[in-house]
Amino acid sequence: MAITNTSVEITINGMLHSLDVEPRLLLVHLLREKLGLCGTHVGCDTSQCGACTVLLDGQAVKSCTVLAVQTDKQTITTVEGLGTIDHLHPVQEGFWEKHGLQCGFCTPGVMMAAVGILEQNPHPTEEEIRHGLEGVICRCTGYQNIVRAVQYAANLTESSAVESEVAASNIHREAYEGR
Amino acid sequence: MSGVFGGTVKRKEDPRLITGQGTYTDDVKLQNLAHAAILRSPYAHALIKNIDVSKALEHPSVIAVFTGKDIEQRVGPIPTAWLPPDSDIKATAHPALALDRVRYVGDGVAMVVADDLYAAKDALELIAVEYEVLPAVVNQEAAMDDAAPLVHSDAPHNIAFHWQAGDATDEMFESAPVHVSHRFVQQRLIPNAMEPRSSVAQYNKSTGSLTMWVTTQNPHIHRLLLSGILGLPEHKIRILAIDVGGGFGSKIACYPDEALVGFAAMELGIPVKWTEERRENFLVTTHGRDMILDVDLAGEKDGTLTAIRVRNMANMGAYLSTAGPGVPTILFGLIVPGAYRFAHAKVDVYGVFTNTTPTDAYRGAGRPEATYLLERMVDLFAMELSMDPVEVRRKNLIGADEFPYHSALGLEYDSGNYQQALDKAIGMIGYETFRKEQEELRSQGRYVGIGCTTYVEICGLGPSQVAGAVGFQGGLWESSTVRVHPTGKVTVFTGASPHGQGEETTFAQIVGDRLGIPIDDVEIVHGDTDRIAMGWGTYGSRTTPVGGNALAIAVDRVIDKARKIAAHMLLTVEENVEFDKGIFYTNNEDGAVRQATFQEVVLQAYLAWNLPSGVEPGLEGHSFYDPVNFVYPFGTHFCMVEVDRETGEIKILRYVAVDDCGRVINPMIAEGQVHGGIAQGIGQALWEGAIYDDQGQLLTGTFMDYAMPKAHFFPEFETAFTETPAPQNLLGVKGIGETGTIASTPTVVNAVVDALRPFGVRDLDMPLTPEKVWRAMEKGGESA
Ligand code: FES
Ligand code: FES
Repeated sequence: MAITNTSVEITINGMLHSLDVEPRLLLVHLLREKLGLCGTHVGCDTSQCGACTVLLDGQAVKSCTVLAVQTDKQTITTVEGLGTIDHLHPVQEGFWEKHGLQCGFCTPGVMMAAVGILEQNPHPTEEEIRHGLEGVICRCTGYQNIVRAVQYAANLTESSAVESEVAASNIHREAYEGR
Repeated sequence: MSGVFGGTVKRKEDPRLITGQGTYTDDVKLQNLAHAAILRSPYAHALIKNIDVSKALEHPSVIAVFTGKDIEQRVGPIPTAWLPPDSDIKATAHPALALDRVRYVGDGVAMVVADDLYAAKDALELIAVEYEVLPAVVNQEAAMDDAAPLVHSDAPHNIAFHWQAGDATDEMFESAPVHVSHRFVQQRLIPNAMEPRSSVAQYNKSTGSLTMWVTTQNPHIHRLLLSGILGLPEHKIRILAIDVGGGFGSKIACYPDEALVGFAAMELGIPVKWTEERRENFLVTTHGRDMILDVDLAGEKDGTLTAIRVRNMANMGAYLSTAGPGVPTILFGLIVPGAYRFAHAKVDVYGVFTNTTPTDAYRGAGRPEATYLLERMVDLFAMELSMDPVEVRRKNLIGADEFPYHSALGLEYDSGNYQQALDKAIGMIGYETFRKEQEELRSQGRYVGIGCTTYVEICGLGPSQVAGAVGFQGGLWESSTVRVHPTGKVTVFTGASPHGQGEETTFAQIVGDRLGIPIDDVEIVHGDTDRIAMGWGTYGSRTTPVGGNALAIAVDRVIDKARKIAAHMLLTVEENVEFDKGIFYTNNEDGAVRQATFQEVVLQAYLAWNLPSGVEPGLEGHSFYDPVNFVYPFGTHFCMVEVDRETGEIKILRYVAVDDCGRVINPMIAEGQVHGGIAQGIGQALWEGAIYDDQGQLLTGTFMDYAMPKAHFFPEFETAFTETPAPQNLLGVKGIGETGTIASTPTVVNAVVDALRPFGVRDLDMPLTPEKVWRAMEKGGESA
């Protein structure tokens, strides 16, 4: 079983990691097993469910289809790096406000996919959100509140752009709700 | 901050889940953790001639390999925990690893434990198994045939059990003015909770105690069953299920895999983890539905329904799963008459063994199957009479003044106002208008349809006496402990084990409401058998009606004791003390109002400097609540569809749901449950279905072949509630977790068949794939 490891340098959630990894190691296993970042989940082995979605250089990707070695010199954001409880990312806030999760297992991946959707299209229609969620499966919510959560996040981001000098997200929320 | 009952409150469980801080089983990391992988049979039916594990053992990372023979004397078989009475059941136990014969694709053959997950999986390929392949049988009707291969030699005709209820004679149908017969196929479904099953076990040899993290909906039932299987006293096993990524029934059952992980940890003295791949989830985690239903319906020319009779051939798979036999019998059979005034009903159920994955509960369990056949039959009956299907329903619905109502199958429906829900739904969807538009659209060559379901379901599983009478090998009460801390904050320990239903929030609302304290002061503990004495878990929409009421009673016991202390503090007698919004107060003869906050009283309970005589220090309330009856949620759903004449594609135009689950604790959470349920029910109607080939290979074994509903498959659901309180429990609550799944499947199929009326189509088997629909239009079109 002589498999030679490869050295990689990856920036994960803002921290630079120098690692020695098996060439076949999947990114999702690197995150979960080696780094203890268990917020990213594995729901399938066929790149269908989207539970493992993370941002790779800002783009939403399924980390069960990416080899850890491929991410050398790149930047990864997982749910742990999205926002903190005191400073939620607008998408996290949307999911909480709009009840976009039930069991929460798909949620980290779905939120990362949502970040990806909004990155490409900051003002999506309901239709566009539903199509944008093509790569993720949620068995609990029936998706309706996920769609609302993404809309909420879009509105929040929009209002924060307008009032860019206002920083605190709870003030953003008030601005949004006041419309 | 009181009065939160009935209010939309954001979920308390969400902060940890949206920041990636949840603890699902596979997230558990322990020192020296070893990883297990299970070798599974590639054949549906075969004899095991030989297993050679020597090569696997040579792998440097492999710690141990176990076969069925290695563990035969050490790991007991996996038992069936639901044995319907009077049914001569063949409760064939499932060996944790096959001994000399495999009975379905995925049946466990050997287990590898290695120090690395990838190595454990590599080593599976180094095990050589010699099989002698036997003929397999996958369809339950074929399995009952004389010539069919036997799955278990002691079950002739592969019949695991035969169960009957009710009474209706041939004559009632033959002589009825209107008699409709039909066969329905409830296709097999794969629950596919997004979190794969997983377990982690750690054994402490010096204390003889085993700690296990398990993806389960009912940790205490798992503790009970694993105690028997592993030969450890129950109190020496601790089961933890803190965050569970969905269950939908599939995490009720006790599986061989969990027993094996527990055994390996005990045997090897190191912690062991096993997590299934999605592929294994498809093959091994229990499936749902799979019934062939022959139905007769009798009625009068004026549309009155009189009798219903069902013969159910239920595919149980290769072994009887934990609650498997209860699904097609008790949970299905007793609710067959539904929301209508039937004078007679009869149900005949055959549970049949086949070489397929065992079936067990899947969201709604039995009730969706019963509601489906009934609601389809009502539409066929209406078609036969050329009556409006809504009119037939209106005519036969049990009236609001008839409750408690005794059904033809002996149930006592607690309360209902079925007409109100129907009227509300009709108003929301605009039924009359649509019927007019439909004519117009049809004349333009557009095939639109509307479908409806008026349902009643049975949930809130309990009472224990009934559980015993129907052969469930356990009680169905629920426990709750309310521990008030000296600061006035509260921890609740509940035996229910929610996994996405939001009870950390709704339960906190119940407590906050009753004690008049902020819900942030309330913490709900569940899913840990060491912290909670006993409980029966979450399934069958029982958590709120049973666990929630247990909680309310325990809170009231806290208040009763606190009132005694408050009276003493306020220099009066208990009877003179009122409690409202967190304040104990009194109006004494002297006219002075004296009061003490809940927190002040609590502090006194713990300081105990000046308690009334006979009152012990501390403040806790306990309840072991056994309900007196089931609860019966109900409602009406409508759906509008359009069928594309060219492709057979179905577009859902609108979906309206009016549900009544008694009093609603948190409308946002209740609505979320309805959404998820509707999506799962529509999944069955239009897309989902497990397919086996003749050799018992699962052809729909990945998300590529099994059509899981996605976001863009659905329109926005329009939901509403009516509130008819449950009369027999303190909170007046029923259950909401399954209503959407129960109602939506027949609603959608009724709508599609309505749309296909111009083609003379009477019925189509689910799922209604575009090809099937297109063919029906072609064929119907020709004959029309
Ligand atoms: S785990 Fe990566 S897509 Fe499912
Ligand atoms: S919230 Fe459970 S799968 Fe999406």
